[in-house]
Amino acid sequence: MSVLIVVECAEGEVKKSSLEVASYGAEVAAMLGTTATAIAVGEVTEANLATLGEQGITKVLHDAEPRLKDFVNNAYTKLIATAAEQEQAKIIILANSNIGAAVGSRLSVRLKASLATNVVELPKLNGDQFVVRRGAFSGKAFSDVVLSGDRKIIAVKKNSTEAKHEAGKTAEVASFSAQLSDADFADAPSQVIMQDQAGGILLPEADRVVSGGRGMKGPENWNLIEDLAKALGAATACSKPVSDVDWRPHHEHVGQTGITVSPNLYIACGISGAIQHLAGVNSSKVIVVINKDPEAPFFKAADYGIVGDVFDVLPKLTAAVKALG
Amino acid sequence: MKFLVCISNVPDTTTKITFTPDNKEFNKAGVQFVINPWDEYALTRAIELKEASGGTVTVLNVGEADTEPNIRKALAIGADDAIRVNAAPKDAFFVAEQIAAVAKEGAYDVILMGKESIDYNGFQVHGMVGEMLGIPTVAPAMKLDLSGSTATLEREIEGGKEIVTVNAPFVASCQQPMCEPRIPNMRGIMTARTKPLKVVEAVGGAPRTQVTEFALPPKKEGVKLIPAETAGDLIKLLRNEAKVI
Ligand SMILES: Cc1cc2nc3c(=O)[nH]c(=O)nc-3n(C[C@H](O)[C@H](O)[C@H](O)COP(=O)(O)OP(=O)(O)OC[C@H]3O[C@@H](n4cnc5c(N)ncnc54)[C@H](O)[C@@H]3O)c2cc1C
Repeated sequence: MSVLIVVECAEGEVKKSSLEVASYGAEVAAMLGTTATAIAVGEVTEANLATLGEQGITKVLHDAEPRLKDFVNNAYTKLIATAAEQEQAKIIILANSNIGAAVGSRLSVRLKASLATNVVELPKLNGDQFVVRRGAFSGKAFSDVVLSGDRKIIAVKKNSTEAKHEAGKTAEVASFSAQLSDADFADAPSQVIMQDQAGGILLPEADRVVSGGRGMKGPENWNLIEDLAKALGAATACSKPVSDVDWRPHHEHVGQTGITVSPNLYIACGISGAIQHLAGVNSSKVIVVINKDPEAPFFKAADYGIVGDVFDVLPKLTAAVKALG
Repeated sequence: MKFLVCISNVPDTTTKITFTPDNKEFNKAGVQFVINPWDEYALTRAIELKEASGGTVTVLNVGEADTEPNIRKALAIGADDAIRVNAAPKDAFFVAEQIAAVAKEGAYDVILMGKESIDYNGFQVHGMVGEMLGIPTVAPAMKLDLSGSTATLEREIEGGKEIVTVNAPFVASCQQPMCEPRIPNMRGIMTARTKPLKVVEAVGGAPRTQVTEFALPPKKEGVKLIPAETAGDLIKLLRNEAKVI
C-alpha cells in the first residue's frame, strides 16, 4: 500500500502546484506510515522528476509514451488507474486543477473511490474517520467532509499548502508502462494553444497577483498594472466586467464565476470589492486595495489600503519595488 | 440531437453565507436560489445549437420540489421539457448516478452542465457521468460547436487551451465565454407553464462522502491605510511587516 501522487509537468519541469501536492502527499503518507509514490504526467525530464525527493517522494513512475505530453483525459485516467493498481494505492492525491478535476472525477468511478476536490488542509484521522477540509460556497466558506470507503482521492487547492524543499534528497525514477493504445488517445487534442503570459507567470499558480477593475478606465491603461506585476514577479488578473467588455482576456477573470486564486499577495486596483469578486480572492494571504473611494467595500476585506487614484499610486508603487533592488 | 442540460439550484451570488447554530447545515432562511450561473452557459448553448440544427433540449435537476421555480425558469429560457429527480443532492457521486441513469434511459447525445456548482464547488459531476456512461468528457469547455454528431470544443487548461473533437454521445462542462447566457422573456415565461416537467425517483445507493461541519473563513483584522502621498511605504510594509515580497 502506498500513497499515489499525480504530478503535472510542463516544459520539462514539475509544476509549482504539483510540488505542493507532492509535499502534501508525502505528509499524508507519513501520517499513514507508508511511502509516497508519484506518477508523472506531461512533458518532463527524468532529472527533474528525481528532485521530487526534496518534497518527500520516494519513487516516481514515468511512462515515456510521447503522446502523454498533452492532456488527454482517457489516457491520463488509464495511466493513473494502472499505477494505482500496481502500487495498491489506497489514497490518490492530485492538484485541484483543470487536469486534476477532469481525471480525478473519472478515476473515482473507475476505482470506486470517494473523492474530495478543492481540499485546503491535511486530512484529520478521527478514529476510523478520514476527514478533509475543503473550500465551499466559492471561497465564502469551508466544509469538513468524511470520505468513506477503502479508496480515497483528494484534489488539493493551489497555494493552500506549502511545497517543502529538503535539498539534496532524490527520488528513484522508475519506468512504467500503462500499455496505452491508440483507443486511449481518441480524445487527444488536435491542437494546444498556450497563452502569452505576462512575464511567464500563470495566474492560477501565481504567488503574487496584481488585478485591475473598471477603475482602470480602459485597456490602454493596463501598462500600469503590468509594470507593477513585472516588478513584483506577479501575474495579472481582472474583475468580471473588465473581461466581459474584452479589456482583458477571460482567463484573467477572478471571482465567483471566474477563477479562484489564493496567492500570498493580491493587489486590487480600481476594484470595488463586490461579494462575487471577493469570493474568488478572499483566501489570499495579504490583500492590498487601491481605490479612490474610501467607502469601497473592498477595504473591509483588505490588510493594507491606499485611498487614492490608481493613476497616481501605481507608478509610485512600481518605482518603490524597483528601488528595493 | 437530444441535449440534456443539468442544472443545479444554488444560493444567489450576493448571498452572505451563514450556517445553522451547530454549523452542520447551510442556513437557507431568506436566501434566494437561482440556476447555478455556470449552468446558464450550458443551457443557453444547448438552446442555440438546437435553434441552429434542430433537436430537443431537456433540463434535468436533482432536487426536491422547492427547485421547481428554477426548472420553470430554464423552460422559460427555452428548454423543451424537464425532468426532476426527486431527491436532495447528497453528494457529487449520488448526483452523477442520477444524471447517468436519466441520460441512459433517454439516450441523450449531448450532456451539458456548468463547470461546477457555486455552492458545493465540486467540479466532479462531469467526469463521473462520463465514466459511468463510458463516454468522453470535455471539462471545462469554453467553446462548443457541432457539425452533425461531431463536436469541436475548446477545453481550458492551465495557461492555455486545447482543441478537442469528440463524437456524440459526450459530456461537457461549460464556462464563459461559451455564449451570452439568456434571460427569460414574457413569451417564454407564458409557454413554460405548460411545458412537461416529469418527476422521477432516485436510483443508486449511499453517497460516498458526507459533510460533517461548515466553517467560515477567519475575519480580517482591519485594514491598515497608507496615505497616497507616501504610497511607496506600502512596499516597505509588504517586505518588512507582511513579508510577502
Ligand atoms: C451572477 C454574477 C456573478 C458575478 N461574478 C463575478 C466574478 O466572478 N468576478 C467579479 O469580479 N465580478 C463578478 N460579478 C460582478 C460584480 O457584482 C461586480 O459588478 C464587479 O466585480 C465590479 O467590478 P469592478 O470592481 O471592476 O467595477 P466597479 O464596481 O465599477 O468598481 C470600480 C471601482 O473603481 C474605483 N475607481 C474608479 N476610478 C478610480 C481611480 N481613478 N482610482 C482608484 N479607484 C478608482 C471606484 O471607486 C470603484 O470602487 C458577478 C455578478 C453577478 C450578478
